[in-house]
Amino acid sequence: MSFVLVQVIVGGLLLGAVYALFSSGLTLVWGMMNIVNFAHGDFVMLGMYVAYVVYTVFGGGPLLGAPLATLLLATLGVIVYFALIRDIMKGPMLAQILGTFGLALLLRYSVFWWFGANFLTLPQNIVGGTIVAFGLRIEAARLLAGLVALLVTLALHLLLTRTALGSKMLAVAEDATAAQLMGIRPDTMQAIAWAIAAGATGLAGALIATFFYIVPTVGETLAIVAFVTVSLGGFGSVPGALVAGLLIGVIESLSGYLIGAVYKDIVVYALFVSFLWFRPQGLMGKS
Amino acid sequence: MRPLIWPSVLSALLIAYPLLLSTPFQQRLGALVLLYAIAASAWNIVGGYAGQVSVGHVVFFGCGAYAAMGAYAHFGLSPLVGLPAGVALAVVIAAVIGVPTLRLSGHYFSMATIAVAELVRLVVTNTGYLGAAVGLSGPTVPRNVFDLSFVSALPYYYLFLVVLGVTLLITWRVTGSRMGFYLRAIRDSERAARSLGAPAGRTKLYAYMLSAGLTSVAGAFYAMMFGFVDPESGLGILISVKILIMAALGGAGLLFGPLVGAAILVPLEELSNSLLGGQGAGLTFVVYGAIIVLIARFQPGGILTLITRYAERRGKAKEPSIVPGADHAA
Repeated sequence: MSFVLVQVIVGGLLLGAVYALFSSGLTLVWGMMNIVNFAHGDFVMLGMYVAYVVYTVFGGGPLLGAPLATLLLATLGVIVYFALIRDIMKGPMLAQILGTFGLALLLRYSVFWWFGANFLTLPQNIVGGTIVAFGLRIEAARLLAGLVALLVTLALHLLLTRTALGSKMLAVAEDATAAQLMGIRPDTMQAIAWAIAAGATGLAGALIATFFYIVPTVGETLAIVAFVTVSLGGFGSVPGALVAGLLIGVIESLSGYLIGAVYKDIVVYALFVSFLWFRPQGLMGKS
Repeated sequence: MRPLIWPSVLSALLIAYPLLLSTPFQQRLGALVLLYAIAASAWNIVGGYAGQVSVGHVVFFGCGAYAAMGAYAHFGLSPLVGLPAGVALAVVIAAVIGVPTLRLSGHYFSMATIAVAELVRLVVTNTGYLGAAVGLSGPTVPRNVFDLSFVSALPYYYLFLVVLGVTLLITWRVTGSRMGFYLRAIRDSERAARSLGAPAGRTKLYAYMLSAGLTSVAGAFYAMMFGFVDPESGLGILISVKILIMAALGGAGLLFGPLVGAAILVPLEELSNSLLGGQGAGLTFVVYGAIIVLIARFQPGGILTLITRYAERRGKAKEPSIVPGADHAA
């Protein structure tokens, strides 16, 4: 294997970890409430703009931007849950899809209206330079984003499987009425799930903002990445999202390198569509 | 004959509109309302009646638009010749997309249609034959009337009115038929419909193909009216979004819902664009988003359900039911 190829794969893995982070938020909400948040990609976009504002207004880097974006987006998630999701969850399917889709437009074009359609970037040196290890050259910003995203995704998995809170959330996902009889409030658990899901997007957004282009419509692309990841990894499965996210990061980087940058999205979308043909239950789902 | 009163009044109003409000801006606005109403009515067959929320209908819209412009750009033919080709292409693509995605239920189907639409847009953007990012243009100077390139919006208005009439007639006939009952049964509960013997898969696919063909007609006329098509105006996801919002705002699954939705949203968009200029484009979609969220939250049936509910209540008060247990059955 050529040396450049290894470099490309490592880059793909690091980006894929960020994909896994925000996709695990989508899969959590989907698994618990059987609702798809079509605004999920736009939540990530908001996280990117939080990081941008933190830099331009306060001169702060990701050390300030990432926690702030996580906190703000988690708050937004709770607000969205109580103001919209809780009611449309019980409504007809059309209302569920329209509700989050409308939210997506509302967020995307509010940002568009405020910041304009221009591509914004944070300065290259906001996370210092390039790291050379084992002959590989990796931008520190990508390394930081990838490692933090990986750790947080793993932490999320542990939270769901090893803590009382996680068990309560899974109980609500299994059967909300039964959980309520056991003294668990489904409303609270679902609001927490939204806080976690949206917080994860905020963190992911702030992390990739350090090296990604920042533009209001980026959410659309990222939403599709999340859809692909979740359907590949299986609905509701955080480890599935992690594996699928890493895989998609690598596939995207490799196709960008081997075929050409404009085709990398085409490859990912085509992968999704062919998956729908052959394995609609996901990579790890039961047939 | 009572049920025909409102459609007749509506048709009379629609025929008279460009004569009563005759400035070029008003006529163009009227033509655009009808054009979007055609597309939204086409979406309504699968999205409204059958409850399969497609967010990828722009693919079919683009089929029509690209076929019409391609007929001129590549073969020097009238864009009108491209129309049937576009319809055929849309129906075939609908079958290819529909077979795998219609097996998926609910949200999954919507996601799949978004991904397919974006895939098609990206592929077309990188295809030189289809004009890549620049797109294809129609005749700049019309050679004869069959180029359907008019300066005034009036001919478009009446053309679109006829096409909308045909679309609504087809919808009405379909929804009154056995297939229409299947579609509504599938929307309410696919599992229940299947267990009662409704051929759910086949019915959904036929509805999807019919809807696709009609949407591509709207796309072809759109391209003819504007004289060009590019990936953004012919295949952008926002076109899908507009179409489905219009249907949902007016009332998804109601015959005149899409027309009502288009009559509200198209003037709103044109108005905010002309008042706010370039900046308005963003604000228009902020308003769009807010409207959708509000409909979804408070009135998922759309505006027309408010009116029909009101009319029903009044009707009931006037002529109380004399059949015992009739209320119960309803």
